[in-house]
Amino acid sequence: MIIAENLGKKFDNFTAVHDLDLHVPPGELLALLGPNGAGKTTTVRMLSSILRPTTGRATVNGYDVVRQAAQVRRSIGMLTEQPGLYLRMTGIEYLLFYGRLYGMSDDAIRERGLALFSRFDMADAHERRLGQYSKGMRQKVGLIRAMLHKPSVLLLDEPTSAMDPHSAKLVRDTIKEMRDDQRAIILCTHNLAEAESLADRIAIIKKGAIVAKGTTTELKQQLLGHPQMEVRVDQHLNGQVHDLELDKLVTIEAISENSIRYRTPTPEQTNPLLVRRLGERGLGIISLHEVSQSLEDVYLRVVAEESVDN
Amino acid sequence: MAQITFKPLLKPIPLKRDDWRMAAVVARREIKDSFRDWRIMTPIILLTVFFPALMNFAAGRMMAFVSNYGAQIIATQLIPFLLLVVGFFPMSFSLIIALETFVGEKERKSLEPLLATPLTDYQLYLGKMIAVLVPPLLAAYLGMAVYLVGLYVNLGWTPSFQLLGQTTLLTTVQGVIMVAAAVVISSQTTSVRAANLLASFIIVPMALLIQGEAAALFWGNHVGLWWLILALSITAVVLIRMGLHLFKREELMGRDLDEVRLGWILSEFWAVMSGRRENNGRYPNPFRWYRQTLSLIPQLSRPAATLTLALLGALGMGVALAFVYRLPPDMLASFTSERIAANLDQLQIVARGLPLAIFMQNVRVLVLMALLGTFTFGILGILVFMLPWVIVGFAAGQIFLAGENPFLFLVATILPHAIFELPAILLAASAALRWHLTVIAPPPDRTLSEAFVATSAEFARVFIGLTLPLLLVAAFVEAYITPQVLLAVYGN
Repeated sequence: MIIAENLGKKFDNFTAVHDLDLHVPPGELLALLGPNGAGKTTTVRMLSSILRPTTGRATVNGYDVVRQAAQVRRSIGMLTEQPGLYLRMTGIEYLLFYGRLYGMSDDAIRERGLALFSRFDMADAHERRLGQYSKGMRQKVGLIRAMLHKPSVLLLDEPTSAMDPHSAKLVRDTIKEMRDDQRAIILCTHNLAEAESLADRIAIIKKGAIVAKGTTTELKQQLLGHPQMEVRVDQHLNGQVHDLELDKLVTIEAISENSIRYRTPTPEQTNPLLVRRLGERGLGIISLHEVSQSLEDVYLRVVAEESVDN
Repeated sequence: MAQITFKPLLKPIPLKRDDWRMAAVVARREIKDSFRDWRIMTPIILLTVFFPALMNFAAGRMMAFVSNYGAQIIATQLIPFLLLVVGFFPMSFSLIIALETFVGEKERKSLEPLLATPLTDYQLYLGKMIAVLVPPLLAAYLGMAVYLVGLYVNLGWTPSFQLLGQTTLLTTVQGVIMVAAAVVISSQTTSVRAANLLASFIIVPMALLIQGEAAALFWGNHVGLWWLILALSITAVVLIRMGLHLFKREELMGRDLDEVRLGWILSEFWAVMSGRRENNGRYPNPFRWYRQTLSLIPQLSRPAATLTLALLGALGMGVALAFVYRLPPDMLASFTSERIAANLDQLQIVARGLPLAIFMQNVRVLVLMALLGTFTFGILGILVFMLPWVIVGFAAGQIFLAGENPFLFLVATILPHAIFELPAILLAASAALRWHLTVIAPPPDRTLSEAFVATSAEFARVFIGLTLPLLLVAAFVEAYITPQVLLAVYGN
């Protein structure tokens, strides 16, 4: 469980994060999105008790990030954007080092470490020096390090950034499993498709503050407006749209020679009416569907607002 | 006046068994890593094996050369110095490893995962200290052993137990000092380049120290060397404590640039110094400013107590020196009560002159004391504070040896102006010491720079508001009243 209330961090005269509220219960994955320098890393560092907040408070797994820093750090697993490995060590030596810092026995570290190496298709690599690993493998070792002591909270920064599609899927599946295993997870990423597929909720952070928060569906509605529909007919519309008075029924966004895009807050009521009117004019309906809007659209809307602000 | 609470200076740092265990985990990994790095191991091996052999050869040639001229004593005195050099060279590698221990990891991005583990700041700092100290120290001992074995085989020379102990201790303590100072630098900078630049603050004093040790070894001043070892050991402990107190993971990850924020320093200094900080950003009127400045005095109680002890120690030392270095009988004869008034110049305690000259002299000494203390953790400042009192004690001791009453002497020569001068000096010196000690025992609730600037501004307030007026009064008393008292007491 991660709770942050009015969390803020100021470096001299620069406010990196302010008035940040978060609540991530066990079994939930929150994707923290935002442009570079928005305050994601500072937030994660505060939640991992590396930086002290200057305002507000936060608890991780019930421990206060300032007063119970050691307990907080013991209960989290953290993957930094760059895994930062010791390249002269072998994979298993590296895990032995970190496992010991968490008070694990060598046997337990070996057992869990080797299982995780196998899980990520690296069973043969654990005796090799980390300097010989590929970029993706290093990223996976970073993730194994974060998962080694079975933490109840995971803070993951770009977990699949350097990976090939197969490895990235492996990692995503593992993250899903951990979430299903009742862990609270914060995922910082620029990969919006990944965030959309993994996250239960999304928080978009901009200039140190959360500007949008909710499920993907909620965010789409909040930022992109009502659902967008497209109807395709079997004839040329040839200016009939005006005669049909469809603009009194829906908000028309685009018209092409045989299709119309529109928005409506109540598709279940307006769509049958619209279909009936088109039919009365002898226009056959080829298709009627909701135009899918991605998280990217949501994100870009927020970033665009930032550009307008600037 | 907002109170700055310092960490207790002499309170033991609470290190538990688990702290050492975790530090050992960190140290073991780092040492293993060092042993796998050929860029570290090659020079260490060269300096451990080949360099001592070379020194051995040099010692043999030198011995043969000076023997031709019947001056073996020169070679005999130089051999111990070479032993010190043989130990110091591998030890110097600790500096390079230590300088990059934190900041290098930060640059390689491996520090943040480490900081996110349950390791406490103490455990991490200790682990790093041990890791950078052990390999070079072992190499230094090995190098010295190789050198000594070679000397024994080639020349049949063996060191005395005292010499062996002193060179081993000097090598160890120098290593600890270099490592402790370098780790402090490494934990306070944001790039390896900046850390290397700052290393000159370690290298230059070390080079001077080696020269001093060389001279002491050459002249066989073993007593001096023991004192030096004691002083260096204290410095090492101070540096380690300072490093432990200063090390905060927040500082490591919170800064990306080493900036000299001159504007911020000046505005902070002025805000505290002018009293605006305590007056909601407005300039206080002079009465309020004085009230605020006076409220600083209770915060000076601990440094004042320390300095009072130092003062008493200085007086005692002066008296002891008077007994060791007695003045010749004809000079002592001039300290009879009849002749004291006539021989004021020889006493050199009663500074005669215009009040302004006396005042300026005192101001100069206090400014010097404040400045010298800033980069010596207050040590040189305390020594400057003690020096005049050693002279006073020495003079009082000689007066006693001349058969006169030393207390009457002190009352007549010092007391009138000391009533004003002593509080003035004690206040300034206490505020200066409090400022200097921010580096060793920084307040937990402020950054080092904040505390350092604030305490320097408070020193300035005490100096300008309290010390200077008292010194001015003391100067007039010393110029016009003390001589009258002296004449009244000793004059006929």
